[in-house]
Amino acid sequence: MKYIVCVTQSPDTAELPKVTVDQAESGNQGLELITNPWDEYAIEEGLRLKEKQGGSVLAITVGPAGTEGALKSAVAMGVPKGVRVWDDAFAGSDALAIGRILAAAVRKEGDYDVVLTGKTTVDGNGALVPVALASALGAALLSQVAKIVAIGDGKITVERLVEEGREKVTADLPVVIAPVKEINEPRYASFMGIRKASRAKFDVWDAAALGINAGSVGAAGAKVAWGNLSKPPAREGSVVLMEGETVEEKVTKLVDALMAEKVI
Amino acid sequence: MDFAFNEEQQFLHDTLHDFVAKEVKPQARHVDETGEFPWDIIQKLGAMGMLGLNIPEAYGGAGADELSVAIFLEELGRGCGSTGLISEAHLCLAAAAINLFGSEAQKQRYLTPLARGKVLGALGLTEPGTGSDLQGIRTTARRDGDEWIINGSKMWMTNGGVAGTAVLLCRTKAERSSHSLSQFIVPTDTPGFQAGPPEKKMGLHGCWSHAVSLDDVRVPLDHLLGAEGKGLQQTLAVLDGGRIGIGALSVGLGQAALEEAIGYARQRETFGRPIAEHQAIQFKLADMATKVHIARQALYYAAWRKEQGLPFSKEGAMAKLFATEMAEEVAYQAIQIHGGYGYSHEYPVERIYRDARLMTIGEGTSEVQRMVIARRIIKGR
Ligand SMILES: Cc1cc2nc3c(=O)[nH]c(=O)nc-3n(C[C@H](O)[C@H](O)[C@H](O)COP(=O)(O)OP(=O)(O)OC[C@H]3O[C@@H](n4cnc5c(N)ncnc54)[C@H](O)[C@@H]3O)c2cc1C
Ligand SMILES: Cc1cc2nc3c(=O)[nH]c(=O)nc-3n(C[C@H](O)[C@H](O)[C@H](O)COP(=O)(O)OP(=O)(O)OC[C@H]3O[C@@H](n4cnc5c(N)ncnc54)[C@H](O)[C@@H]3O)c2cc1C
Repeated sequence: MKYIVCVTQSPDTAELPKVTVDQAESGNQGLELITNPWDEYAIEEGLRLKEKQGGSVLAITVGPAGTEGALKSAVAMGVPKGVRVWDDAFAGSDALAIGRILAAAVRKEGDYDVVLTGKTTVDGNGALVPVALASALGAALLSQVAKIVAIGDGKITVERLVEEGREKVTADLPVVIAPVKEINEPRYASFMGIRKASRAKFDVWDAAALGINAGSVGAAGAKVAWGNLSKPPAREGSVVLMEGETVEEKVTKLVDALMAEKVI
Repeated sequence: MDFAFNEEQQFLHDTLHDFVAKEVKPQARHVDETGEFPWDIIQKLGAMGMLGLNIPEAYGGAGADELSVAIFLEELGRGCGSTGLISEAHLCLAAAAINLFGSEAQKQRYLTPLARGKVLGALGLTEPGTGSDLQGIRTTARRDGDEWIINGSKMWMTNGGVAGTAVLLCRTKAERSSHSLSQFIVPTDTPGFQAGPPEKKMGLHGCWSHAVSLDDVRVPLDHLLGAEGKGLQQTLAVLDGGRIGIGALSVGLGQAALEEAIGYARQRETFGRPIAEHQAIQFKLADMATKVHIARQALYYAAWRKEQGLPFSKEGAMAKLFATEMAEEVAYQAIQIHGGYGYSHEYPVERIYRDARLMTIGEGTSEVQRMVIARRIIKGR
């Protein structure tokens, strides 16, 4: 079995409110980047599949030099190998193009069984790359996966988290899986993993290596334009203390207030 | 001169920072209030290879550098003093002793389980009647055929009741001389090794300290660690390195108290403004931050000297002395800045204060550190 994990970097969620519109538009958010938190679940699941079923895991990221951080996290957690995919022609890619580029990289790697992605990035927050990737590969997309129930004989059965509960789905391999956080608890990097990651060098695959027509990706091929970015208004909160002689009186006032605000 | 972490150290720091924030710090209050031993965290640290940081790769450890060990203990100290001291005694006392003086066979047999965190380590020096004065040790080891028979008692042994492997300092010659003591590796399941219940302490409630009685404890001759009669010198060498560990833990405790104080000062208002805007509080915070910083630099410098193979005994003692006294003082001021709430269990600063209080006593009191420093500066190295 061959498993491929797609990983990318994002700012720490707690830092996101600091990003200005100008920074977002320039693409440089001016923040230190970490591994997109959702991608850690994908890495963990890839490692668990390998540990249970045998086979190999490869981590792939699309990004310019300096964006190896997510690959390093993957290696520190135990993924043996990572590849960075980049070409100047990829700059300005939208989610559709990132999906196409990833699909070309997955195909170059050859016979794969499962591609894992994060559910979404915490900055772009599109949740579109997995869709674009699956469609470019012509593979089934299993999103919202909370558990891999069985894999083998060319098939995979998973549990998906849906609004009403969980549903069991079986699909033919290969598939693209975008898990939810219920699927596992990502492991912490071990010291030996950290040492390996610190010393790791990654191969770089460019447009030519992937056989990608430069005009179909990057700014040239983008279908999405981010025209008018603005920040949501800052949330304003205030505190109201319910006054009253007894607890009952205070609670009654609280319930009335909550009903008036249509909270309950 | 280079003051930056290398990539591996930075990665280690970031990983531990995250681990401590998510796994260790949230449990610290529970550990303190219940006195439960934090097994789950210790197991995770073992799986991450952190309990073998200073053990060579040949024996299943990480073979990490001294600064990495300091980074580890500092980060643990930021979250939970108990978890920090458990790890410090395991790494810097027990594992270090076997690594420094063990034979190849002893290292193979005892370091490998310690490195994986499957077995915890302990070091027993202190006795009911003596601590600072190691030559006053009364526990004896007597040769009997192909065995040593150990009799006596130890006090305050960190991990003494949970460790699998203990290193004990025993008297092998009756006279009071620098060649009368020897170290032994004693598996704690050896008949006659009996740990009492965890001592009731001011702080560090999750890090168990035990009185241990040793009644006709028999170990094969090959359990002698290092050379017969060299126990005192070997112990002092172990303690030299341990100071960096306990200093690092103290820097972490000080850093934690400082962060709590800054956070509280920003949001607590008196006389119409946050207390962080009163100059008296600002000056306290500035002094606290300065002391944490100086302690950290002194500590990293001692760790660096050790890593370079340079003499570090004086620098280690200075770092231990300053960092441990700093941690107590910074925690004290953090309580002051919290006002009445600082005295409450609701806020972590009183726990940090209680945990930090030990650091100027354990592994050589502040007075003993001053003796070491004075000897080095007056008589030369
Ligand atoms: C503020 C901002 C402004 C932007 N402005 C523009 C613009 O003006 N024009 C433009 O064309 N694009 C722009 N982009 C980039 C683009 O729209 C998306 O960020 C990008 O295509 C990825 O989509 P997403 O972040 O929604 O990822 P999602 O679809 O949410 O990602 C889901 C998963 O897909 C995988 N994945 C995503 N990206 C990668 C990658 N690079 N490598 C490997 N795996 C990956 C990860 O596993 C991830 O968890 C902008 C992005 C941001 C954040
Ligand atoms: C929580 C905890 C964990 C511990 N863990 C361990 C452990 O794992 N292993 C272990 O072996 N021990 C351990 N100890 C014991 C600790 O190392 C000793 O308590 C310490 O070394 C001091 O020894 P003492 O208590 O006998 O004090 P004493 O040596 O009796 O000292 C009493 C006081 O006199 C001072 N003093 C002593 N001699 C002089 C001198 N010549 N000049 C000036 N002042 C002097 C001391 O500084 C101290 O202030 C632990 C203790 C505690 C509380």
